[in-house]
Amino acid sequence: MVDITPADTVPPAEVAEMELYHPHSWWTKYVFSQDAKVIAIQYSATATAIGMVALVLSWMMRLQLGFPGTFDFITPEAYYQFITMHGMIMVIYLLTALFLGGFGNYLIPLMVGARDMVFPYVNMLSYWIYLLAVLVLVSSFFAPGGPTGAGWTLYPPQAIMTGTPGGQDWGIILMLVSLILFIIGFTMGGLNYVVTVLQARTRGMTLMRLPLTVWGIFTATVMALLAFPALFVACVMMLFDRALGTSFFMPAIVEMGEQLQHGGGSPILFQHLFWFFGHPEVYIVALPAFGIVSDLISTHARKNIFGYRMMVWAIVGIGALSFVVWAHHMYVSGMHPYFGFFFATTTLIIAVPTAIKVYNWVLTLWRGDIHLTIPMLFALAFIVTFVNGGLTGLFLGNVVVDVPLSDTMFVVAHFHMVMGVAPILVIFGAIYHWYPKVTGRMLNEAMGQFHFWVTFLGAYLIFFPMHYIGLMGVPRRYNELTDMTVMTESAHDLNSFISIMAFLVGFAQVVFLFNLIWSIRHGREAGGNPWRATTLEWQTPQTPPAHGNFGKELPIVYRWAYDYSVPGAKEDFIPQNMPGSFGSSREPA
Amino acid sequence: MSVILVFLLVIVGFAGWWLSHQRLMAKPWLEQGVIGDIIGPEGSTLPTAKIGLGVFLAVVGCLFALFTSAYFMRMALSDWQALPLPRVLWFNTSVLVLSSIALHCASVAARRGQIDTVRLGLATAGLTALVFLIGQLVAWRELTADGYLLTANPANSFFYLITGMHGLHILGGLVALSRTTAGAWNGTPPERLRLSVELCAMYWHFLLFVWLAIFALLAGWAATFIEICRQLLT
Amino acid sequence: MAIALVLVLVVVGSVLFHFLSPWWWTPIASNWDYIDNTIIITFWITGVVFAAVVLFMAYCVFRFRHREGNQAAYEPENKRLEWWLTIVTAIGVTAMLVPGLFVWNQFVSVPSDATVVEVVGQQWQWSFRLPGKDGKLGTSDTRNVSPENPLGVNASDANGQDDVVVEAADLHLPVGKPVKMLLRSIDVLHDFYVPEFRAKMDMIPGSVTYFWFTPTKTGTFQVLCAELCGQGHPLMNGVVMVDTAEDYLAWLGEQQTFAQLSAPQQVGSAE
Repeated sequence: MVDITPADTVPPAEVAEMELYHPHSWWTKYVFSQDAKVIAIQYSATATAIGMVALVLSWMMRLQLGFPGTFDFITPEAYYQFITMHGMIMVIYLLTALFLGGFGNYLIPLMVGARDMVFPYVNMLSYWIYLLAVLVLVSSFFAPGGPTGAGWTLYPPQAIMTGTPGGQDWGIILMLVSLILFIIGFTMGGLNYVVTVLQARTRGMTLMRLPLTVWGIFTATVMALLAFPALFVACVMMLFDRALGTSFFMPAIVEMGEQLQHGGGSPILFQHLFWFFGHPEVYIVALPAFGIVSDLISTHARKNIFGYRMMVWAIVGIGALSFVVWAHHMYVSGMHPYFGFFFATTTLIIAVPTAIKVYNWVLTLWRGDIHLTIPMLFALAFIVTFVNGGLTGLFLGNVVVDVPLSDTMFVVAHFHMVMGVAPILVIFGAIYHWYPKVTGRMLNEAMGQFHFWVTFLGAYLIFFPMHYIGLMGVPRRYNELTDMTVMTESAHDLNSFISIMAFLVGFAQVVFLFNLIWSIRHGREAGGNPWRATTLEWQTPQTPPAHGNFGKELPIVYRWAYDYSVPGAKEDFIPQNMPGSFGSSREPA
Repeated sequence: MSVILVFLLVIVGFAGWWLSHQRLMAKPWLEQGVIGDIIGPEGSTLPTAKIGLGVFLAVVGCLFALFTSAYFMRMALSDWQALPLPRVLWFNTSVLVLSSIALHCASVAARRGQIDTVRLGLATAGLTALVFLIGQLVAWRELTADGYLLTANPANSFFYLITGMHGLHILGGLVALSRTTAGAWNGTPPERLRLSVELCAMYWHFLLFVWLAIFALLAGWAATFIEICRQLLT
Repeated sequence: MAIALVLVLVVVGSVLFHFLSPWWWTPIASNWDYIDNTIIITFWITGVVFAAVVLFMAYCVFRFRHREGNQAAYEPENKRLEWWLTIVTAIGVTAMLVPGLFVWNQFVSVPSDATVVEVVGQQWQWSFRLPGKDGKLGTSDTRNVSPENPLGVNASDANGQDDVVVEAADLHLPVGKPVKMLLRSIDVLHDFYVPEFRAKMDMIPGSVTYFWFTPTKTGTFQVLCAELCGQGHPLMNGVVMVDTAEDYLAWLGEQQTFAQLSAPQQVGSAE
């Protein structure tokens, strides 16, 4: 055992530097704030607002699919616009923004023991550019021709042709501009998240003492910084094709009997660029969820996370591997068939570290002291949906199995389960977990129980049966399933059932939003550390933490983030900044 | 996509080297107390701003590597017709080299505290960078005048796209440089000035490197070079 | 407590749904039952893992739920257990991957006796072209497309003159003969997909993609477009009829060749 005498406290030298950007007016404190915590809340609120739009769009889709022909206002154009905007908003503007911009901003400085992000001004700009990107996106709903209906993958040539809603109108242009803005804004924020973890860790906070939440967000941000340029390149080139008439992606085309001016371009090139971003994007969303859920399980099971080192290595390994699997989205795209051998192999290899993470979450529960709080319930639900969605990924990653299943509802069910439902369940768990720190009050328990059960079971009942509709051979992105021979009468009934579940789950989110607002004033007082957790964000002198996070002196870290139920210790948790050594037999038998 | 994969391999190598110094094999539950005393401080001793810029440059590098990847993939298709590079690009290249040298001198001078040399270096760098941008516009005009329009051929499209993207990055750098230059005249404290000059120099050297790579790419040397390597390998 | 019960119910419900529900793949009508078998293998392996993990979790939640005076164990890691789990997982993954790659190899290796059929997609209909007596398809280019030449066949290519052109109508295939589908599009991405054949592939304007299969059952099958191709995407249905050899020849005899279709126009323009 390494036992080191505690050093003296850090001299409050940084406090002076902090004063440089200390907020002086209401505007700089709440609106143009450079405080990562305020920026986090701004990010979260914006992402939630635009996410609600995407939720309503999904209702529209389910109305059409569940009850075809009943709702006249959902024209084919509108349907394609709805699916496109739903997908894009959920993946980019909600999940990415919320995990990295929201949780990243709030948790990184607090968890590593920093006063703030290292470049607060750039961090503030990041949010405002993100907001601008969202506004540009929303404006496309009001543009002539409406938003783009090209599908969230925006595949050319159809994305910029008349046969697609918004293709020759403003829709696609605004979409591309919005994405470019988002990427610029994200890069600004991402630099902060990475460099803060690198440089602003407090004394004693070595990498191997970081909570897994920080590991997850950190790795995801590094990946995002390297992956988003691919989307940027694809967007800029498509913008050139659409607005200036170049032929990067546009081959010779006869559209409705007319020869177009383009020629020679390669639609596959776009797909490579898109998925070079798109696949890492899946893990950009998943890794923060992995990290957060590890901390939720450990805290609420009062037990150290099982196999911490393996968890860290798995996060880093998944992050690196995810850059060499992108073409598994393109097995039936017509690329060279021999790529299939390579990408199927890399894809299935990535299943191994992912499986290890699942085992370690479950083994953390073993011999724990499981408090079935709402964050814990969400964490358990995450494991169920993630395992389910991850395993169906083994179908789609295995090249030949993907042939019949790709572009069917099976794919829709798979990715909703694994990167829709699973990460969002983690987001909910995380909000129930950290809300007391952000506001000082607990969320209402009864509403939370209702929210959990309806969301978990409802979402499972939506997406589990949907796999089987895909297995029947029903393609995705069809607004009309009535003329399809493989679609039996009973399958139509199943579709109606799925739609009803979707409305129910959506309604539960309204209850959740109400809870968020109601509890700010009426929630039970939480105190500084209601979950009796070890990590630094729970050890702040004030709750909610004040500007600068830790008062006059930064905390010093003496131990890893998972000292729960240490044998021989008085309490069942030892905060990271508690000096002294506890426990006699830490080496496993 | 091989260019971007090679680029990422370099990044992975760098990340791996850094991680290998972070005691990832340690068993954190066995270590209590402040281990900072044993293994040194938690962050790097480099200024945070430099690390931030380094990360940013990795992102910019990634961007250009992706453009290069797209360039090679598009180039393989049948309608590609290489365009003749305007002579003025050679002049532009030398001007950009000059700009980088000027900033290098400025940063050396800043380390020694010679404020006049710093001012001279910054002003020269700014002016030469401006000349570079004007030179690039001249190159564009020459090409358009000769009928090499943006949409006529993918080689032309890529030329305008990539040089334009590089120019935008120079333009962004000029904003930072002008702030630094203003600071050099208005009496920024020497420590801060030195840091901003060094940051500018770092950015400039990187963009020079990117430009040289782009130049090689657009001139067709990069393709030839890869072809030779491929033949050597097979 | 409720959650432990619900976790068990999720597993039991999912398994029952899998075996009892009426929703399952359509009966296969091609040689790709290899693919179906690979899917079955994958279902078994993943199903066992899913049930095992969730049931174990349910047991943990039940057995180790918080009660007054409980204390969790302190167990940072267990190398041996982790290695075992890694190895078992790797074996499971290999068991799915190897058959998959084996079948993929078959999927991309077209038998030499396969006859060629060209499918041309456009917004939003399917057309087909079959080689004539010479057994060869003529070259084609999107630039040649015109109302008289909807598929863009190269008029100066002698091989193309006897090609059978089926514009926006049903395709017939002889049963039991391997076919190589050459896929082409003249506008956007499409994907030729017949659920009963299991195979599919995108069609890309500007290039030719392919897949092959052997129809094993006669009958009428619906062609669906499986790649978003604009707002008419769901309307892009077609029909493939798999015929006996005689029926197929009868149908083939009724079709017109490229030369026949373009002849009147050529006469007209010569006058």
